[in-house]
Amino acid sequence: MTSPKRISSIRFGLLSPKEVRKMSVTRIITADTYDEDGFPIEMGLMDQRLGVVDPGLRCKTCGGRPGECPGHFGHVDLVAPVIHVGYARMVARVLQSTCRKCSRLMLDPEERAKFKEVVKANSTTQALTIDEILRDVAKDAMKKKQCPSCGEEQGEVRFEKPTAYFEDHVEYRKEGEKVGEHKLTPMDIRDRLERVPDEDLEVFGLNPRTARPEWAVLKVLPVPPVTTRPSITLESGQRSEDDLTHKLVDIIRINQRFQENKEAGAPQLIIEDLWELLQYHVTTFMDNEVSGIPPARHRSGRPLKTLSQRLKGKEGRFRGSLSGKRVNFSARTVISPDPGLSISEVGVPEEIARELTIPVNVTPRNLEEVRATVRRATKSEGANYVKRLDSRRVKITEKNAEELATQLEVGWKVDRQLRDGDTVLFNRQPSLHRMSIMSHTVRIIPGHHKTFRFNPAVCPPYNADFDGDEMNLHVPQTEEARAEAKILMSVQENILSPRFGGPIIGGIHDHISGLFLLTHGDRRLTSEGAVDILRKTNVPHLPPPEGKDEDGQPYWTGKQLFSLILPPTLSIRFKPEIAGYDETAQEVIVRNGVLEQGTIDEAAVGAFKGKILDKIVKEFGREEARRFLDNATQMSIRPIMRMGFSFGISDEDIPRDARAQIDEVIALAKSKVEKLIAASDAGELEPMPGRTLEETLEMKIMQELGRARDRAGNIAEKNLHPTNPGVIMAVSGARGSMLNLTQMAACVGQQSVRGERISRGYYKRTLPHFKQGDKGAESRGFIRASYKSGLNATEYFFHAIGGREGLVDTAVRTSQSGYLQRRLINALQDLEAKYDGTVRETRGIVVQFHYGEDGVDPAKSDYGKSVNVPRLLQNYVDILLEE
Amino acid sequence: MADKKKIKKKDFKATKEAKATLESAGIDPATASLLLRANWTAEALRETLARPPAPGAPPAWGPLDHLATEERPFYKEVWRRTHDLPLPPKLRQELRDQMLRHEEHMTPPIMDRFLQHAVERYRASQVEPCEAVGILAAQSIGEPGTQMTMRTFHYAGVAELNVTLGLPRIIEIVDARRIPSTPIMTIHLTPEYRYDREKARDLALDIEATYVTDVGDVSTLPDEAALLVELDPRLMARRHLEAPQVAKRLGQIPETRVEVKGNQIKVHPKSKSYRALLKIRDRALRMTLKGTSSIERVVIRREGEEYVLYTEGSDLPKVLKIRGVDTTRTRTNNIYETAEVLGIEAARNLIIHEATETLNEQGLDVDVRHIMLVADMMTSDGEVKQIGRHGVAGEKASVLSRAAFEVTVNQLLDAAIRGDVDELKGVTENVIVGQPIRLGTGDVELVAKRYDRPGSTVPPHPPPDGSDRPAAPPPKGGDTPPPPKAPDVPAAAPGGS
Repeated sequence: MTSPKRISSIRFGLLSPKEVRKMSVTRIITADTYDEDGFPIEMGLMDQRLGVVDPGLRCKTCGGRPGECPGHFGHVDLVAPVIHVGYARMVARVLQSTCRKCSRLMLDPEERAKFKEVVKANSTTQALTIDEILRDVAKDAMKKKQCPSCGEEQGEVRFEKPTAYFEDHVEYRKEGEKVGEHKLTPMDIRDRLERVPDEDLEVFGLNPRTARPEWAVLKVLPVPPVTTRPSITLESGQRSEDDLTHKLVDIIRINQRFQENKEAGAPQLIIEDLWELLQYHVTTFMDNEVSGIPPARHRSGRPLKTLSQRLKGKEGRFRGSLSGKRVNFSARTVISPDPGLSISEVGVPEEIARELTIPVNVTPRNLEEVRATVRRATKSEGANYVKRLDSRRVKITEKNAEELATQLEVGWKVDRQLRDGDTVLFNRQPSLHRMSIMSHTVRIIPGHHKTFRFNPAVCPPYNADFDGDEMNLHVPQTEEARAEAKILMSVQENILSPRFGGPIIGGIHDHISGLFLLTHGDRRLTSEGAVDILRKTNVPHLPPPEGKDEDGQPYWTGKQLFSLILPPTLSIRFKPEIAGYDETAQEVIVRNGVLEQGTIDEAAVGAFKGKILDKIVKEFGREEARRFLDNATQMSIRPIMRMGFSFGISDEDIPRDARAQIDEVIALAKSKVEKLIAASDAGELEPMPGRTLEETLEMKIMQELGRARDRAGNIAEKNLHPTNPGVIMAVSGARGSMLNLTQMAACVGQQSVRGERISRGYYKRTLPHFKQGDKGAESRGFIRASYKSGLNATEYFFHAIGGREGLVDTAVRTSQSGYLQRRLINALQDLEAKYDGTVRETRGIVVQFHYGEDGVDPAKSDYGKSVNVPRLLQNYVDILLEE
Repeated sequence: MADKKKIKKKDFKATKEAKATLESAGIDPATASLLLRANWTAEALRETLARPPAPGAPPAWGPLDHLATEERPFYKEVWRRTHDLPLPPKLRQELRDQMLRHEEHMTPPIMDRFLQHAVERYRASQVEPCEAVGILAAQSIGEPGTQMTMRTFHYAGVAELNVTLGLPRIIEIVDARRIPSTPIMTIHLTPEYRYDREKARDLALDIEATYVTDVGDVSTLPDEAALLVELDPRLMARRHLEAPQVAKRLGQIPETRVEVKGNQIKVHPKSKSYRALLKIRDRALRMTLKGTSSIERVVIRREGEEYVLYTEGSDLPKVLKIRGVDTTRTRTNNIYETAEVLGIEAARNLIIHEATETLNEQGLDVDVRHIMLVADMMTSDGEVKQIGRHGVAGEKASVLSRAAFEVTVNQLLDAAIRGDVDELKGVTENVIVGQPIRLGTGDVELVAKRYDRPGSTVPPHPPPDGSDRPAAPPPKGGDTPPPPKAPDVPAAAPGGS
């Protein structure tokens, strides 16, 4: 529902006193808010002409009710002008650059021309801030001792933060000697600024049509409407006012006192004090964090949150309320895996589905259908609201459902509940890339389940796991939004990551170990087994058996079953993940949709790496890839269920003699370390180039101990059978690594802080268990134990130290990379590929003449290449070979 | 300055010569200059041109393969079919290479079909207009940030050098810091130097800052009120230094007198105070006798056939002037220095190179196009700008966008006195005012051209008279009245047909 109206631009400027009065609905003269009856006082800060916040009242200006009336400004006439803090520096610069008598800018024509040039150039690039231009102008102008226009002798104007100005006593000056200075009152300043001609202001880069400098010296203070500073009623019935109202009360009080004193002809000193006080209050009203003055505080001692504070920072108006908005039609809950769902689906708890709605226009075509929906009322797949022709919204209840259903006619709008097949957006924060929000198809989960479900193959793009993560769901409300969601944001559209042009969605964990179990070696299944494996896939028939075993029983092989879910014309060959572990592992060969040899593992179907998956998306399309992933994920968990797959503590057992070998290796390494230390103490160690003796020793020890751990690991590895579930998980790439396994079974190894052995702690030693100055393996954090055998006390400490570093590192990294991302997004968000292939920003400035130098979209590329030439050609060659 | 000019002139002459050689070999001038940019020296070119393609052995694929057309007609066929395909040169080259490799299958119809297919694939891979490529780039670089290490120091490639890597380095690059936390140069050498370890070492010693303590011992002689420098003849010889040279350099310390006696140098301060002596000692210790003061250490590494120097510290202008340094391949990791010496395009390439290296080292796969876009954004106006408040983000056209980024209040105050106008063209601005963003699907204006079938009851479309929007769609075909309360039925709603 795009509105045809569009704001085309917004102009910024200062309010002149005239404008402030023009837009004001009332002058505020009294600092009181409510009378004894709790009724707003006229011409007080809560005057009803300023708008209303309390229910039941109507705005006296526009007649609107709360929520309708946007509020209206009032004003306070200040007895004496005060400086606007935000422009104090600008005022100073203008004073310094203009003549004290004629208020002309004290620059020669050439200088003027120069600065006009600067201002003009800067209007497009914004490379200089207005402060910088003002500073440069003032610097040149202050060199003039006399005004070039009227010849008046000039005194230096000194600006004292935040809002004070002093000028040299020019009148009493003798032969240029400085004889002290006097304060310039805002009144004097305003007079001077008023006289500066428009043409001179342009030299500063000021726009005199929108901002005369004297408008920065306030005579009239606009009073923001009550809607911007609503008071809240506590349960005790007491009213609590907004910080801004408090500040305004202060201003009006002082203003009144000032007025009284002035009329009474109070001494100059008192007047000046009051003037300063007024300045203080107006200053803190604008910004309560000005350096040099104490912030205005609430009675409780909390600093007040005034105008600037409302805008600033992450939770401020700009970043908190305007750039980020809250939405309706959304839900959030914990997520859980559901391998039974398609990757494009999301399971929505019934309870949530009943709450979320989609608006439907009633037309002759859907009248009866919608009627049935309304009749079901708030029961499942019913409707929650109808909007009648008179645009009145009526909530559907059990009671009125029947009545509304009969009344229902074309032209009504019905908010029907979410049902199977609806398109929704699903999101997990932090939303670091576009795959963090994807559209899924709804599957309502009946019953009292309370979590969102989805196929675990979609975890990688969301970076989700199920240890308590929560995710958000949004329901698009218009056809346009739904169309975009379906066509551009669906899961299958996002299988390929635009980051590198490969699949980011794919099998994880059990999908990989399951397919590994199924396809590794010569796995044979009976007809019952084969049907079980295939039962959840879309394979319609059991193929003829691969062969018959000795007993004459027909059997099906795992490879054969996996082949059934491959596209029939797929051909590919590649090295499997296990090749990294077992060099004898066969290359995976798929010819015409048949897995002829090799094992399916992470390199075939895994997220980020899956080659088969990658080829299917790129050559057979996203829909086919989705089907493949659905089938593969359904199929993969079956072998695990049939064959059983678990990892227990006994799976880390290694034989006694292997244990002895490990002990030997480590003992040897320790003695080598001792020797190294002895050599270094004796001064026999030759330092490596560019390193000190100390560093050399450390490096050598680290190397020695690292080698020892690796050797221990290798021994353990040899003794862990390839059918060990841990090994299967590690080598197939499902989870964990051989390093993790050997740490459990053999030796944990050196713990480090900042890449070095642990050396801090007590005086000359890490822990009181060791001798001072001990540099041996144990005393510096080498853990010889395995996780299974258990760590001793000192090892445990060192492990905690190393572990803590990791945690701190992660914490620091997330904040740093978050800021990096924010900056990158902010710098690049407006760039767009145009129809002519160039990349431009909002001003039309060309950033790239041809996107990426070849115009290729990485998301549509093959790992960065526009055309995978060898693969394409291979297809042709394959076809030729077939013939 | 004069040196720089000379280098340029010399290079220019060599280039011209090489180009002439190429052109005489029948290569069009455009290709010729491309080849030259790829670092083909005149000699290498002549050699390649002279060498006939070895029979049997796979030909030396490279930019020159098509020169062999006369010898093998198949080449000619391939060349004829590929040379004017609307594809990037690199892709054309790859197609050619692959076709030559499968010569036995390449019948003309197959070739034509294959090439047509390739062109189709290339077209299909093009970015769609209105794609928000900036956001894509930012996300692609930012998202893996959480997976990068924080460790500032890491040993990569050269074990002896510390290199900033991972997230801190990426931040440093986009921050466009004037001096990187670990400046490093990679110095390649000219052919006469690059294969000889001794020559490379001599050059390294020329570049490395040499201090007095590197070639001898320094001690104070309080009773003589002098500084004694005892030079080690072995170290002196290694660094090709002579005592008088050192003495001359030491003599540059103000208010001193230098006395040379063999390998002993005495430096006497003019005033006899011990304080003066200590001051001189400090000066002497900090003084570089030779080399580049900002380059603290040079490491020699063998890479394949040649020796390459890696330095700790960077001074591109000085190093490029040294004889024996291959100016075409030597680089620093200091972006500003590169921009000053080699120009903004070089700086852009360096940003791309450094960022890619850093990401690859972490095992992260990010498409270069994303990195290129960041680099182009940082350098497109001729100087290196930071990604952040003091650069790209601070110079954006929109007041609201800047205010939403950082220093909100000041942005608004400044905008007011300047009388800025926000045109609301970017993303943030439109989010703030709550209207659709002019990017991606929000930037498409023409949806469909309506044409009315003859005999349709629908009134003809109003002529394009400048009225901004087509009227609300006419009533639907049926006999039901249109919904009275639906002023903004989507314009794409089906009309009478």
